[in-house]
Amino acid sequence: MADQIALRRTALDGRSVKRPWVSVTPAAPASRLVLRVPAENVAAVSAALGTELPTKVRTSATSGTRSVLCIGPDEWLVIDADGVDLAGALKGVEAFHSAVDVSHRNVGIIVSGEGAEATISAGCPQDLYLPEFPVGTCCRTILGKSEIVLLRTGEREFRVECWRSFSDYVFTFLEEASRDPLI
Amino acid sequence: MTAPFRIAGKGRLGSAAVARFTFDGKSYAGLQGDTLASALLANGVHLVGRSFKYHRPRGFLSAGVEEPNALVGIERDAARKTPNIRATVQELYDGLQAVSQNRWPSLSFDIGAVNNLGSPFFSAGFYYKTFMWPKAAWKHLYEPFIRSAAGLGVAPDKADPDHYAARYEHCDVLVIGGGVAGLAAALSAAETGARVIIVDEQATVGGTLKAETGTKIDGKDGWAWAQDVANRLAAMDNVRVLTRTTAFGYHAQNMVALVERVTEHLPGPLPELPRERLWQVRAKQVVLATGSIERHMVFPDNDRPGIMLASAGRTYLNHYGVAVGRNVGIYTSNDSAYYAAVDLKKAGVNVAAIIDVRDNPQSAIIDEARSLGITIKTGHVVAGSTGRLRITGMIVKPKAGGPTQTIGVDALLTSAGWTPSVHMFSQSRGKLAYDEATQRFLPGTYVQACASVGACNGTDDLAAVLAEASSAGLSAARAAGVEGGAAAATPQASASESWTGGMLGVPQGVEDKKAFVDFQNDVTAKDIAQAVREGMHSIEHVKRFTTNGMATDQGKTSNMHGLAIAAELLGKPLPQVGLTTFRQPYTPVTFGAIAGHARGKLFDPTRRTAMHSWAEEHGAVFEDVGQWKRAWYFPKAGEDMHAAVNRECQTVRKTAGIFDASTLGKIEVVGPDAAAFMELLYTNPWQKLEPGRCRYGIMLREDGFIYDDGVVGRLSQDRFHVTTTTGGAARVLHHMEDYLQTEFPHLNVYLTSISEQWAVIAVQGPKSRDIIAPLVEGIDISDEAMPHMSVREGKICGVPTRLFRMSFTGERGFEINVPADYGRAVWEAVWAEGQKHGACAYGTETMHVLRAEKGYIIVGQDTDGTVTPDDAALSWAVGKAKKDFVGIRGMKRPDLVRPGRKQLVGLKTKNPSIVLEEGAQIVADPNQPVPMKMVGHVTSAYWSANCGHSIALALVEGGRDRIGQTLYVPMPDKTIEVEVTGTIFFDEKGERLNG
Amino acid sequence: MLLIRCPYCEKDLPEVEFRHAGEAHLVRPSNITEISDEEFEAYFFLRQNPKGIVFERWRHVHGCGRFFNAARDTVSDKFLTTYKAGEPKPALGESA
Repeated sequence: MADQIALRRTALDGRSVKRPWVSVTPAAPASRLVLRVPAENVAAVSAALGTELPTKVRTSATSGTRSVLCIGPDEWLVIDADGVDLAGALKGVEAFHSAVDVSHRNVGIIVSGEGAEATISAGCPQDLYLPEFPVGTCCRTILGKSEIVLLRTGEREFRVECWRSFSDYVFTFLEEASRDPLI
Repeated sequence: MTAPFRIAGKGRLGSAAVARFTFDGKSYAGLQGDTLASALLANGVHLVGRSFKYHRPRGFLSAGVEEPNALVGIERDAARKTPNIRATVQELYDGLQAVSQNRWPSLSFDIGAVNNLGSPFFSAGFYYKTFMWPKAAWKHLYEPFIRSAAGLGVAPDKADPDHYAARYEHCDVLVIGGGVAGLAAALSAAETGARVIIVDEQATVGGTLKAETGTKIDGKDGWAWAQDVANRLAAMDNVRVLTRTTAFGYHAQNMVALVERVTEHLPGPLPELPRERLWQVRAKQVVLATGSIERHMVFPDNDRPGIMLASAGRTYLNHYGVAVGRNVGIYTSNDSAYYAAVDLKKAGVNVAAIIDVRDNPQSAIIDEARSLGITIKTGHVVAGSTGRLRITGMIVKPKAGGPTQTIGVDALLTSAGWTPSVHMFSQSRGKLAYDEATQRFLPGTYVQACASVGACNGTDDLAAVLAEASSAGLSAARAAGVEGGAAAATPQASASESWTGGMLGVPQGVEDKKAFVDFQNDVTAKDIAQAVREGMHSIEHVKRFTTNGMATDQGKTSNMHGLAIAAELLGKPLPQVGLTTFRQPYTPVTFGAIAGHARGKLFDPTRRTAMHSWAEEHGAVFEDVGQWKRAWYFPKAGEDMHAAVNRECQTVRKTAGIFDASTLGKIEVVGPDAAAFMELLYTNPWQKLEPGRCRYGIMLREDGFIYDDGVVGRLSQDRFHVTTTTGGAARVLHHMEDYLQTEFPHLNVYLTSISEQWAVIAVQGPKSRDIIAPLVEGIDISDEAMPHMSVREGKICGVPTRLFRMSFTGERGFEINVPADYGRAVWEAVWAEGQKHGACAYGTETMHVLRAEKGYIIVGQDTDGTVTPDDAALSWAVGKAKKDFVGIRGMKRPDLVRPGRKQLVGLKTKNPSIVLEEGAQIVADPNQPVPMKMVGHVTSAYWSANCGHSIALALVEGGRDRIGQTLYVPMPDKTIEVEVTGTIFFDEKGERLNG
Repeated sequence: MLLIRCPYCEKDLPEVEFRHAGEAHLVRPSNITEISDEEFEAYFFLRQNPKGIVFERWRHVHGCGRFFNAARDTVSDKFLTTYKAGEPKPALGESA
């Protein structure tokens, strides 16, 4: 029995909203890591990870399947849709840092389309106007009554990350907000 | 089919389509573009409501949002019934159904009007004075009566089927008001490229241009100019034009709340559209162009249907093409009403006379009125009106006294001048300044980044308004940091209307019978005089005593009159009597708009674990634990809660039970100083805890009281897996971050919440090891290799696990942590194995009973924020040799170490079948007189099927010294005898942990 | 809803992302076990709570997560300045 592989059952299985002006869909399962690194060790950790950690809060770096979001002055959220062992890559790093696997803690939701900004603005008090919140901008913030991490992945596309048990609320909120056709 | 009072060729509705509607069941026809008010007036209907207190017949006072009288119910279907809609604002749509309010059995015969006859008893302060005695009558007699008699309209009794949108928006310049000033300001701001939002509460922009005929801007008719500008603005990418949108709340740092009525003007329902949209706009700069509102003249019986503001009469004529009567009187103290007289006369309506309180007013428009042959009586007042459901005449007399004369009219337009609309400015916390010459309050000191332009700023001349507004729009854009664009050309006034005059309060020579100041709350000049006589010397007191200005119209037409009357009686200059606060909302806002998405499923997040669906499928009953839904118990067919919990409790101790413990908070503490940090945040010692072992930790606040607890596993030298209570997860992490960031920043350690990374399956009971053994891979789970209170990393069902050997039941137990998306699959595998051993699934109630049988506390249930580790009999968990930890000093405060503190003990009822009530008070002597001295209270109480008797935990003064003594729990129906015991009721030696 | 400048994010952000965290510049005594009851009272219980300018702690809890300090006028409810934890009390100029 020990060799049986349990099935992964994601929180938003089967949910999806498509409207002419916006779509709201669950992101594919991903590997995620919360990285906490003091400034002096950023280079060492970047080297081991193979991705340069952006050091300005609210900015991110994306290459291939991987995005690295600078959430706080010493905090990064790494999201990699490739399912790689992110923590494993950092096992050998001697320099002080903290790498904690949160692959299952978060759920990703993609909000895409002309109405993406308006849909998220129904519950997020930050200014998402493109010149103020350009592609690549990321932050932890609020959507309605839930905390989220927001990443602008395109002029008309955002990735919303929230904790697993809040995902029903966050998805339902976006679904409800997306009903408003006003861009 | 032309409505009788629609004048061919007048107004701007042109050949609009017919819209049919009903009022109190009777059918009428109006035009698209009408308001309900203009459509009713076109049909000659003036009587539309009964007043709040006296049930007096009322008609329309105004043509706008200031309307205090014409409040109606709009009924779309059984669930869509909106009371208190101002008919002067409601746009007509085909099929609209409106009903009048505050009348029974009918609008023209209303029994409540008896209040009018008894009105001497209903004077100001009546409620305060009358219902004082006898005391009991308040609850049983007066309050029910007042509640049924009070209030306007009827709220729907069905759930609101509509949905409401919400939007946070940001801009450089927000312009509030789409009249001449607002449009000019928005245009000049927009041409710099700034992000501009302009809002107007009406269906179209234009403001008072709606009423006017003599205004030309840039060579165009004023109204046409306004529509042109709005179209230009709407076509610009950087501008949002929001009509049917009211700015109702001005908050700190230029956060302005707007409500946009999206479908109220449309036949419906339109499920694809939100009914309303709430905008929360953060503007770098705000331009207030909120205009001014005309005041009525105060005279006896000035509230009869047919008596209206002059500006309203003009709006109905010039915009809607509707005459408010066929023989109209005018009563005024300023020139603006003459424009109404002239327009009506030119449209073929007879103007009976213009009564002007001024002795010798001079202006071009007065000359024009005179030249049209209109009778003008200067130095006269209107001392009353005749009629019942509609005015039939105005009683006129010389101001200085003399014979009265009744002039027959079917409508009377009055004007006492204009009040700048400074509501939003005042809400912004700006200070008003009183302008003596024009008798008006104007914006004085600004405290936010905003500017006022046009009539709300006291600027009257059209050219000056255009110049001021254009300049303010540009300045606002520049102040918002927008560098681009060129200054737009200021629109030029080609022709304009202007007027002077106006007055406040009651003209001399007029008796103050029922001369209404505040129509909506039925406040008369006499009421205000009475308030002053009875000692109310501040306008704040006068307002509350009389309720002047306290209705939903916010005193838009009444405040200045009330203030002037009080000031005159007090013999004080008006500004010294003060001005009451302008409160939000500017006009009523629906609960739906305020609630927005936060209703039903979205009222609050409902958090569910990865195994929730399994529990649901297996018949679990859930309880709310904060935002979480937790399985409470799993009843089998025919079982009640009691039976289910008894079975679950016994099954766990006999074989095993499986429990979803996922909601516990979890924090990963990582870094070379992780143990040092744990030493500081918990009372226990951690440095010597070996990797792979666990310890029960207690966290204190600095004051020495228990804050949280939980089992902590050391995964490696520099990594701890900390668990917290379910309710404490967020605040414990906050508390730990606080100390780490601000008191112990030298420690090399980081904290990460992993509460939701791991689903947790507790398997508890003698068979627990047998159940999980076939599923676990790479971990030796024998007692020797993995004793009680240890943690291992490995695999279960092929997926990673952090496997804890721990127990919150007193039985041998494991807690399987797996990545959350695998939670349900692993649970099912464990369940399948458990079935082979007769295990059950159990819920939080059984968890509570089992832990209480063992005397394990629940923080927040057995502790209340004033309990020390010693009080809870947990001194063993405090590291005696430790030099520091949070709470170490607080714990030693004199009151926390004194003898006789409440201590946690067990209670056994002498009658074993009685289960105590949690929260019940405990006394030593049940026969002492009331109030008794209470020595403690019950914190936890359950029936224990395993013990065969009830069990309870309690905090009792000097509790541990009382073990063996008898105490008493007085209840309403009986006094329960209890014996004080230790806290452990089952397996006192703890042998079963390894059994 | 106020805008609060987070000194770590270097941006004015909405109040709902922040949590108030009490008076600032209170230092936990390093010899806390040795202080008298009066000293403990002064450290733990007694607060200024003045009308006017207060120095207080905030946390950008739904943002970068950092605690920081702020000078705020309790009469106008205006933030005069915000600064990082550990930095000294700023001198408030005429703008205060």
